Amino acid sequence: MTPKPPAKNPQQLLEQMLLIRAYEEAIVNGSAAGRMPGTCTSVGQEAAAVGVVNALAPEDLILTNHRSAGHLLARGADPGRLLAEVMGRRDGYCKGKSGSLHISAKELGVVLTSTIVGAELSMAPGVALAQSMLGRPGIVVCFFGDGAACEGSFHESLNLAALWNLPILYVCENNHWQAFVHRREAMSREHVADWAASYGIPARTVDGNDVFAVLEAAQAAAAQVRESQRPYLLETLTYRTRGHLEPDDQGYVDKAELAAWLARDPIATGRDRLIADGQLSPAQAATMADKVASHIAVAQAFAEASPFPAADELTRDVYA
Amino acid sequence: MPTLTIYDAVGAALTEEMRRDHSVIAFGEGIATKRHELVDEFGALRIRNTPLAEGIIAGTAVGAAAMGLRPVVDLLFAPFLCYAMDELVNSAGKLRYLSGGQFTFPLVTLAMTGAGWGVGAQHNHNVEAWFVHSPGLKVVMPSTPADTKALLKTAIRDDNPVLFFLDIGLLYQPGEVPAGEHLLALGQAAIVREGRDVTLVSYGKTVHHCQQAAEQLAGQGIAAEVIDLRSLKPLDEATILGSVKKTGRLVVVHEANRLCGVGAEIAALVAEQAFADLKAPIVRLGGPDAPAAASYPLEQASVPSAEAIADAARRLCST
Repeated sequence: MTPKPPAKNPQQLLEQMLLIRAYEEAIVNGSAAGRMPGTCTSVGQEAAAVGVVNALAPEDLILTNHRSAGHLLARGADPGRLLAEVMGRRDGYCKGKSGSLHISAKELGVVLTSTIVGAELSMAPGVALAQSMLGRPGIVVCFFGDGAACEGSFHESLNLAALWNLPILYVCENNHWQAFVHRREAMSREHVADWAASYGIPARTVDGNDVFAVLEAAQAAAAQVRESQRPYLLETLTYRTRGHLEPDDQGYVDKAELAAWLARDPIATGRDRLIADGQLSPAQAATMADKVASHIAVAQAFAEASPFPAADELTRDVYA
Repeated sequence: MPTLTIYDAVGAALTEEMRRDHSVIAFGEGIATKRHELVDEFGALRIRNTPLAEGIIAGTAVGAAAMGLRPVVDLLFAPFLCYAMDELVNSAGKLRYLSGGQFTFPLVTLAMTGAGWGVGAQHNHNVEAWFVHSPGLKVVMPSTPADTKALLKTAIRDDNPVLFFLDIGLLYQPGEVPAGEHLLALGQAAIVREGRDVTLVSYGKTVHHCQQAAEQLAGQGIAAEVIDLRSLKPLDEATILGSVKKTGRLVVVHEANRLCGVGAEIAALVAEQAFADLKAPIVRLGGPDAPAAASYPLEQASVPSAEAIADAARRLCST
């Protein structure tokens, strides 16, 4: 399996966002029913993931974190194998050893998923160093949140990437939440992009709930990294509309703030825009939703039919 | 046979492996400054200085290793590994497993450890047991220049993350090193002195203290067998058990705190698998549960001496 080529039309971007939402809702529902473990969803952040991943070339590499479903699915991951991984089944991308939090898929160029907040930032310079020293063409995209931006590893990573001229597109999905802490309680600045300037790294903040705006900004950013072989930071302003880890009653969330962001849901706004522009009819939108639902139903059936790993897997893959 | 110090043996191993394999690179806190001959031969891209930021050095090594390079990183002093624990333990040690075997992490972390320079506890702390206890990592700590060169070459070729500890007290001690290609497998201990009465198991500088103790004991009619573990993970259990089955007595010696140290594992191994062969209780000699002092006499007092080792062995042989 190879990475999915970038979307050819806006409708495909919408369909990818719908697939991500449906996939994560399947996990939320499965978790509530006791059939799956809890997970960290990226509900509300679909535009940020889809916009950036569709700006990439197949040879580019992705590092991601615990909210990785959008990045993986936009890159072409099979939702059946992803669900199998979440459920700890043998046919998961990581043989059931990752669970939902650290899924990587080397075949898709999705490398080194880390759930230690900020660890993806510390590994990104090494991945980019390998690309550049081994003469490979791909750039490296590192997805992290505003929480990781408050870790020392963010600052160490940007400093080293700037010093060593490493082709890294840093993508901060600023979703306002650092586990159970609002970013305004934890960040000395309003925007993560502000910090890039002190390392001489160009940066831009974009509306992370507008998939078309994210795609355009990411295409320009990726082109600049490819051309300059130097880092760039793109901040996508978005919102984590479900809790930190399912289940989560979000009792700590400001209701007005949440409502304002829910009114700007990236999928609904993207769909409405396409309909308003005449690029999609309501009937086509309904057909698309049905197609995605049946795709997820098939994926879920595949995952549930996949056996658990045999006990002798317990100590395999520890050492090479 | 050429004579080298452990410091030079590290340089020789790096030189040979970088010539042999273009994917080997080295970076760290001053490595390009201190080993400028490597920069001269291999260029400033393959030998790099870094900021004094252990986390990003180790993390960069992890990412580079996953994608096809074979980095060697120099983090200077072992206590600084605290700053790199996440990258080494949570990333290098775990991501192979978590990814279902999709990635390998061929990287070597160099760090100096132990008493000898009076640098105090934030520069002198024997932390090797932390890494032995962490899955996915290998741990090496040689006691001679020849072993250092041979083991470092093997460590660089190993597809797993290796913690490679250099004993500060031994760093500039000269020793003969075989010319030409010489490799040693990780997990292969050396019987550096044969004996039938008591087994002294050690690694790093206390191997030399064990040899001095064996010399003293020989004068008193006690034949001590001295084992240099050389690598702590994988651990050469067969050599330890074989020796104890022969001698029936065991003294485990290391400089690191005795509490939960590598010696505790070796004592447990022998108690589980060779209890019936024991003629006397197992003795562990190690450092105290205290940070290392900078004052030279205090620092030296934390390391098991040849006299203490000989005393322990004599007591065992008299029971």
